[in-house]
This record gives sequence, C-alpha cells and structure tokens, in this order.
Amino acid sequence: MTTVATRAAARTAAKPATMAQALNRAMRDAMAEDPTVHVMGEDVGTLGGVFRVTDGLAKEFGEDRCTDTPLAEAGILGTAVGMAMYGLRPVVEMQFDAFAYPAFEQLVSHVSRMRNRTRGAMPMPLVVRVPYGGGIGGVEHHSDSSEVYYMATPGLHVVTPATVEDAYGLLRAAIASDDPVVFLEPKRLYWSKSDWSPENPAAVEPIGRAVVRRGGRSATLISYGPSVPVCLEAAEAARAEGWDLEVVDLRSLVPFDDETVCASVRRTGRAVVVHEATGFAGPGAEIAARVTERCFHHLEAPVLRVTGFDIPYPPPMLERHHLPGVDRILDAVARLQWEAQS
Amino acid sequence: MTVQELPGAASYRPVPPPAWKPRTDPAPLLPDPEPYRVLGTEAAGGFAPDVLRRLYAELVRGRRYNTQATALTKQGRLAVYPSSTGQEACEVAAALVLEERDWLFPSYRDTLAAVARGLDPVEALTLLRGDWHTGYDPREHRIAPLSTPLATQLPHAVGLAHAARLRGDDVVALAMIGDGGTSEGDFHEALNFAAVWQAPVVFLVQNNGFAISVPLAKQTAAPSLAHKAVGYGMPGRLVDGNDAAAVHQVLSEAVARARRGGGPTLVEAVTYRIDAHTNADDATRYRVDDEVEAWRRHDPVKLLERELTERGLIDEDGIREAADQAEDMAARLRERMNADAVLDPMDLFTHVYAEQTAQLREQAAQLRAELDAEAEGDDR
Ligand SMILES: Cc1ncc(C[n+]2csc(CCOP(=O)(O)OP(=O)(O)O)c2C)c(N)n1
Repeated sequence: MTTVATRAAARTAAKPATMAQALNRAMRDAMAEDPTVHVMGEDVGTLGGVFRVTDGLAKEFGEDRCTDTPLAEAGILGTAVGMAMYGLRPVVEMQFDAFAYPAFEQLVSHVSRMRNRTRGAMPMPLVVRVPYGGGIGGVEHHSDSSEVYYMATPGLHVVTPATVEDAYGLLRAAIASDDPVVFLEPKRLYWSKSDWSPENPAAVEPIGRAVVRRGGRSATLISYGPSVPVCLEAAEAARAEGWDLEVVDLRSLVPFDDETVCASVRRTGRAVVVHEATGFAGPGAEIAARVTERCFHHLEAPVLRVTGFDIPYPPPMLERHHLPGVDRILDAVARLQWEAQS
Repeated sequence: MTVQELPGAASYRPVPPPAWKPRTDPAPLLPDPEPYRVLGTEAAGGFAPDVLRRLYAELVRGRRYNTQATALTKQGRLAVYPSSTGQEACEVAAALVLEERDWLFPSYRDTLAAVARGLDPVEALTLLRGDWHTGYDPREHRIAPLSTPLATQLPHAVGLAHAARLRGDDVVALAMIGDGGTSEGDFHEALNFAAVWQAPVVFLVQNNGFAISVPLAKQTAAPSLAHKAVGYGMPGRLVDGNDAAAVHQVLSEAVARARRGGGPTLVEAVTYRIDAHTNADDATRYRVDDEVEAWRRHDPVKLLERELTERGLIDEDGIREAADQAEDMAARLRERMNADAVLDPMDLFTHVYAEQTAQLREQAAQLRAELDAEAEGDDR
C-alpha cells in the first residue's frame, strides 16, 4: 500500500534505522492510513517524546491527532478508553515503565475487561506503549520490567520487539488490533540499528508468533525484548564450549506461541528461559511450566531460568550485577548437563 | 450570581447539614489576582534584616550548588541533574521556614531544599549519582526520600502530618511539587484529605512554566494553580517565586497557621526554570530564548542583592564573603564527588526485607561466587 507518507519516505535515502525510528514510522503510517488513530501522552507533541519516538507526528498530523496531555497517567488512559468507546484508536505513551502504575486501575478495571463484560459489544482497540527495562543507567523508577503484571491480566495482549523490523511490524499490528495491546519497548534497544529502511517496510507481523532467531541443536534459549541480543551473544560464546544453541524470540508474551517454542525444545531437549524481570513468579515461571507440561518426555534436563534477582531494581552503579548477562546464561547452559550432575 | 441564582439551585441545600463543622481558622480561600511581592515594595522595610541576610547567603550557595552539580553531569560524575537554577528562592525559603521537628517532602527537583535544610550535599545526590536510591535516613533529617514518581509524596505528607497531630505533636509537613505534577490524581487526593482532616500541611507548587516540554496552558485551564485550593476548602496563595522574602513570608504564615490547627494551605510560587528540564533535555525544542532572558532579568539572587544593597544591609565585602563561602562549598562538593563511590554489590540483597529470605540468601551466594570468580580472573 502506497500512502503519502510512504512515498515521501521512499525519497529519503536508505540508511540504517533505529528502533525508535521504526516505531515512529509505524505510527506515522498508521495515522496516514487511518484517521481514527490518535497518539497521546506526556511530551509526545512538540518535544516528540523524551525518546523522540513520536517526533514529528504533531507537526504532520496536528495537535488533535498527536496530543500533549496533562501530566496524569490515569487520566491519559482513562480518556483513551472513552475515545475508544467512541470509535477512535488511541495509541497512548507512558513515559517510563514505573510511571504507568497510576494508570493500572484503568488498565485492569476497564481496558482489559471491556470486551468481556459487554459480551463483545464494546471492544477496546487501543495501544499502551511503555518503554521498559534497565541497562541505560536510569535512576530509580526508570528501569522496571513490569511485563508480568500485564501478562497476569486477562484481556490484554502483551508484545515486545527485539529488532528494528519487529518494532515496526508489531506496532502496526498492535494499532490494527481490535483488542488492547500493551506494547513494551525495550528502551535500551531504542538506538539499536538495522538495515531496515522505510522503503521496504517490514511485514506487518501478526501478534502471537515467536520466531527462531538462531538455529541450534544442543539447547534452546527462550527470551524476548532486551534479553534477545544477550542470548544471541551467549549463543556465539557457547560455540567455543561445544554448545550449539537455538535462540527463540517470543515477541508476544500474550498470546503465547506454544507451537514455536515447543517445536524448538523438542528438537533440542533442553531449555533456558532468559529475562531481566525478577524470577520469582516472573514470566519465566509460566514459560517453564508450559514447556514442561508440553515437552516433558523430550526434556533431558529441567527447564532453567536466568533472570534478574528478586529485588527492587537496583541503582545504576549496581545494575550490571543484577541484569542477566552472557556469563550467567552460559552457567545455566552448563547446568543443563543434567545427567552428569545427578 | 449567588449560589441560589444558579440553575438547579432549587435542590441546593443552603443550610449546612447538622454534622457540618466550620473550618477552625477561616481564612479567605481565593488567592490574590497578582503574585505577592515583598522585594522592592514597602513591605520589605518591615522585613527582619537577619532573615534577608540568611536567605541571601543560602541563595548564593544554592546557585553555586546548581552550577556545580550540572558541571558534574558533564564529567560523568552524576547520571543526571535536574537543575533548580532560577528557582532557588523557593528551594531555600521552603527549607528555612521549617522547624527542626517539621518534615520536608521534596520532589525530584528539590535537592537544594534538602541541602538548605542541612542534608549533606553528597548524601543528597546519591539518587542522581546512581550509587543508591536514597543516601540518607529520612527520619534523621525529617526529609522524605527524593524520588521521581510525581505527586506521590503529597499523600505521604498529609498522612505524616495527620499522624503527628493524632500523637499530639505540633509538627508541620511541607510538600513540594511542580506545576505539571498538579495534574496527577495523587495531588487532588492529597489536597482533599488534607482539607477534610485539617491536616497541618503546606503544599508548595513551584510553577516554573513547564513540565518537561509542556507549558502550563496545556496543563490546566484554571486562572492559577493557587485557585485549585478553593474547591477543596483551603486557602490558596499566589506568590512571586523569585522573591525570596515573599516566598519566605507566605510560607511562614502558612506554616504558622498549620501549626496552630488552622489546616492546610496551597501556595503557588510563580517562577521559571532557567536551565533545561535536566542536562539530558533539549529545551530549544519547546521554548524561545527571549522568554528565558526576560526571566533572567528577574533573577532571585539579584533581586535580593539589590534590596540588601539599597537598604545598606550588605556591602561589597558581604557579597564577596557569600560568594567565597559558596565557592568553598562547591570545591568540597567537587572533591568529594570526584572520589569514586565505594559500593558493595552484596548490598543488593541486604535491605529487601528485615530478615533475608532463603531465596535471597541463595541468590546472594550466587553473586558472591561470581564476584569471587571475577576477582580471581583479575588477579591472573
Ligand atoms: C508519575 C510520573 N509521570 C511521569 C514522570 C516523568 N517526568 C519526570 S519530570 C516530568 C515533568 C515534571 O514537571 P513539573 O511537575 O512541572 O515539575 P518540574 O520538572 O517543572 O520541576 C515528567 C513528566 C514522572 N516522573 N512521574
């Protein structure tokens, strides 16, 4: 589909794009194609967002389509609910992970259950964009991984891209979705680049499909968002130790792609779940349980987890000790030689 | 139009229900239309010279603290610093109007108020340096943790003040917030609780024109932020936030009123954020230099300096002395911040619970082993 926006972009030379630019592009294309798409949040207009993800949207589409709201997350999401009730498709930005919490009431009490409680009469086609996770040296309240709260709320889709291409493809799908999507943006990957360019926009990626980022035979690393590049690095490093690791990028936490994950684990017989959110009652607990339930007879070892510690997110000077890194992943991989140990 | 003439007024109950109690210390609720000023007016004549001199010394030190902390961000010694340059009068007055037993509830921008209250300048910066979240014992200094979620400290201030009163202590809580933060639900809930409970709280809004990039006009349609007080049933006061004497006076009155059981006050100090939101922000995207220049001419330090000079309360030696003291403070701060923070990664597990869980002990052992292996690797 060629739109004014895509034609204009095609004129600009192809150069590596960042994840922030791909997200920006996804919103622009969606807004150009569908006049009901509205972007709103704190500083999203004139400033273009503190991470510049909404840069230029207010200029291009006007302040009614890309709106600087008052500083009130419950108000932002609550008014978005009303806008969606009237047929608009709001794309809401929460400035940082920990500042989305005031909006929880709206998310849990209304956004997630509106379709269900109205027997399908009132869907909630809105997107809540949340920059999340650590690794950028942010001060307290700027590094939370809150995905498990969203995952535990029925009625929400929860997706998180790990690549520039997926940032575009998944955000397009999220905006097009007739259900509410919590779109988690790994903020430490905002400036990661790829050769993706607006001329060949990545495919719009259906929500709910995992992807094998790297094929391997000895074990599967299951991950998402900011931990995917860490897993790929670990897989490279593991080669030296004779391990050929497969890396699965979930992309979507809800719905969960059992098929892709289980196919991989059945092939390799071993699995490690990697994420930076805390481990106890964390996303990995659910994933390990599902894999065990479905692949028990194929497993050569228990499904292991490499996660952040079970502590409040630490101050920046200590975060490297908290975040799962390559060494911790390799240690877990070594522990997968279960027979030898037990 | 009176209430009785309003549409729908027929169902309006003109007589208060029996349980209704009048406020104990009725004060006019509506703020003045213009910000209250002292410096350069007749009111200044009656102002205690000692208070003015003290304010001046703290203003000069505060300004220097801001420039020093901003410089430390450039050297990578601070992760980030939200400067309060231009707003020092509010910061300093907020600290000076409180007694030792009172409590300060700062926002993330109010490092200076904490320091003016006596907090160690380095301890005040741990959040922004990144070595720990809160570098001081809030109870020792009676300063709530500086932290970034906006408006969330306001209900805390109300609860603490309420508790103090329940216990029979004449403690006052002063809570600081920015103009943007007044849009949060927590702000409204805090004001409402404070007024219903007649809690001894003073709310100080520093209206510095912007919440990051969003100007006040997009934040509120109220004639002033001080007007917001009226609906809750507490007085609202509008004050020139760059006039240290005016801020000091208005806050002192509010603190005194709260202390004698008169309930909360909302004070809006009209000021301006001279620097960008933080060192990481690009203010040229959303504001024009002319505006900044106009506010520079209404500088809080210069305003007070002029008053003191004209009234012969300070001479050149006095000005130099204040500057020298500020310079000493900056040098000490620089020196101490240039020393690397001493950190123990094992602290990650120390204060999560009063008693460490078995689970955390296990994770601590894992980290210990990693650190030992790392150290061994370094030795080789
Ligand atoms: C609940 C919450 N939402 C968003 C943010 C992100 N944020 C940090 S400072 C800021 C602007 C604050 O403006 P204002 O309250 O006017 O205070 P000022 O910065 O002017 O001192 C924003 C939006 C936050 N810290 N907390």
